[in-house]
Amino acid sequence: MSTVERWVLVFESVSATLAAEQALKEKGIPYKLVPIPRHISSDCGVCIRVDAHQRALAEEVLAGRVRVAGVHRLPDSRPRPS
Amino acid sequence: MEEKLRIYLDNAASTWPKPECVPRAVEHIIREAAANPGRSGHTLSIEAARVIAEARRQTAALFGISDPLRLVFTGNATGALNIVIQGMLGPGDHVITSAMEHNSVMRPLRAMELRGVEVSVVACSADGTLDPDDVGKAIRRQTALVVLTHASNVSGTVMPVSQVGAITSERGIPLCVDASQTAGCLPIDVGRDGIDLLAFTGHKSLYGPQGTGGLYVREGLEARISPLAMGGTGSASEREEQPLFMPDKYESGTPNTPGIAGLLAGIDFVASQGVERIREHEMTLARRLMEGLAAIEGIRVIGPRDPYHRIAVVSFTLEGVEPSEVAFRLDDEFGIMIRSGLHCAPSAHRALGTFPQGTVRASIGFFNTARDIDETIDAVASIAYNR
Ligand SMILES: Cc1ncc(COP(=O)(O)O)c(C=O)c1O
Repeated sequence: MSTVERWVLVFESVSATLAAEQALKEKGIPYKLVPIPRHISSDCGVCIRVDAHQRALAEEVLAGRVRVAGVHRLPDSRPRPS
Repeated sequence: MEEKLRIYLDNAASTWPKPECVPRAVEHIIREAAANPGRSGHTLSIEAARVIAEARRQTAALFGISDPLRLVFTGNATGALNIVIQGMLGPGDHVITSAMEHNSVMRPLRAMELRGVEVSVVACSADGTLDPDDVGKAIRRQTALVVLTHASNVSGTVMPVSQVGAITSERGIPLCVDASQTAGCLPIDVGRDGIDLLAFTGHKSLYGPQGTGGLYVREGLEARISPLAMGGTGSASEREEQPLFMPDKYESGTPNTPGIAGLLAGIDFVASQGVERIREHEMTLARRLMEGLAAIEGIRVIGPRDPYHRIAVVSFTLEGVEPSEVAFRLDDEFGIMIRSGLHCAPSAHRALGTFPQGTVRASIGFFNTARDIDETIDAVASIAYNR
C-alpha cells in the first residue's frame, strides 16, 4: 500500500485560485480544486491540490503569474484507492 | 394600419439588439449555475466563479492587459470612474480633465472640488478636438490624475489618448481613460496607449447586459486608491479588514454573475467579429449618414469630418426645430429611435456650441444596415422640408 503525498497551494482569493487553475490547465499539470483544509485556514474557499512530484513544476508555472499565498503538505494524504 | 419601421439608432446609450449568444448565456447561467461565485467550495459556486474568471481573462485580452487579476468588475463605467475619482484624490490634489467629459466624470470631480481638490478642465475646439499639449501645459506639481474620455458621446470625437498617455507616462501621472464609448468599437491597448486606469461599461459596444462594467488598475496603483465599497469578498474571511489585493479590494458583495456571463458572451462576439471589422462597418455607415444629413438644408452635423478622428456617433441640429421635436417626430412618424438633448454631457455641449438646446444624436451599432441609414436620412429630410 503506497501513500500518495499531496500538497495544496493556497491563494489570496478565489480569483487568484482560478487564475492559477487556468495556468496549470494550460500546461497540462494534473490538479484538483479542493476546499481549503481547516488547519490551514478557516476561509470557506478552495485551493489547488497536486501530487508531491508535480509540486515544483506547478510552482514554477505559477511564478510571476499568480501570487501563491501558501504551500502546505497534507498530513492526511491518503493511500490512493487501488 | 401600415406596420411601422423600427430602426434603432441609440447604440451610444446602450446597444440593441444584442447578439443572440448574450441572452442565451444569461438564461443559461441563471438556470444552471447562478450560485454565489467562489463564496462556497461546492461545484456550482466554483462553476459560477469560473465564468467570472473567464470573463476577466477575455476582457483583459481585449484591452491588452497581461494579468487578468488587474481587472475589477463593476456595475457600469460610472462605478469604475467613481472608484478612481473618489478613491484616489484628496485635499490639495490637482486633477486634469477635458471639456468633453460625460457627467460620470464631471459630477464626481465637481464633488471632489468641494472636498479641496483642484480641477482643471482643458478646453476643446468646436469639433470637440483636444490638443494633447494643452494637457501637458496644465500639469502642476500637485497633479495627481488625468481623466480623459476616449471618445465623446456627443460629437463622436476621438481623443488623443496615446499622445496624452505619452505625456502622463513621462511625467509619472496616472492617466484614467473613460472607454464607455469605445470599448469594443475602437482598439484599446493599455500598454501601447499609456493607460494606467481604464473604465469601461459592458452594455454598449461590448454587447453585454446593462449593469456590467469594469476597471483596469495598473500594477501598484491600487495602493493609492481606496475602495468605495467594502464588504464580503469570499477571501481572507478571518479578517475584519478589507483585503488590499486585486481584484478583491474593489469587488465587495455578490457580483452580477448573470450579467458578467452575458458580458463574456458579448466580448466573445466582439472578439470573433474583430474590433477593427466592427469599426469599419460602423464608420462606413456613419460616413453615409453624415454625407446624407449634410446635404439637407438647415442641418448642421457636429464633430470632426474626418472619420479617422471619430466614432459612429453622429450629432446634428436642424435649424428652427428643437432637437426633442426632431427626435419625437422621428420616433412617432417614422419608428426611428434616436436620442436628443444634452446626453449627460453639458460641458461637451458648451464646447461644441450646442448648449443648452443640445443635439439630435444618431449612434450606429454593429447590427445597423445601410437601409437603416437611408431611411433615417429620408425621414430627417422630410422633417426638414415640413418644418
Ligand atoms: C463617455 C461616457 N462616459 C460614461 C458613461 C456612463 O456609462 P454607464 O451609464 O454605463 O456607467 C457613458 C454612457 O452613458 C458615456 O457615454
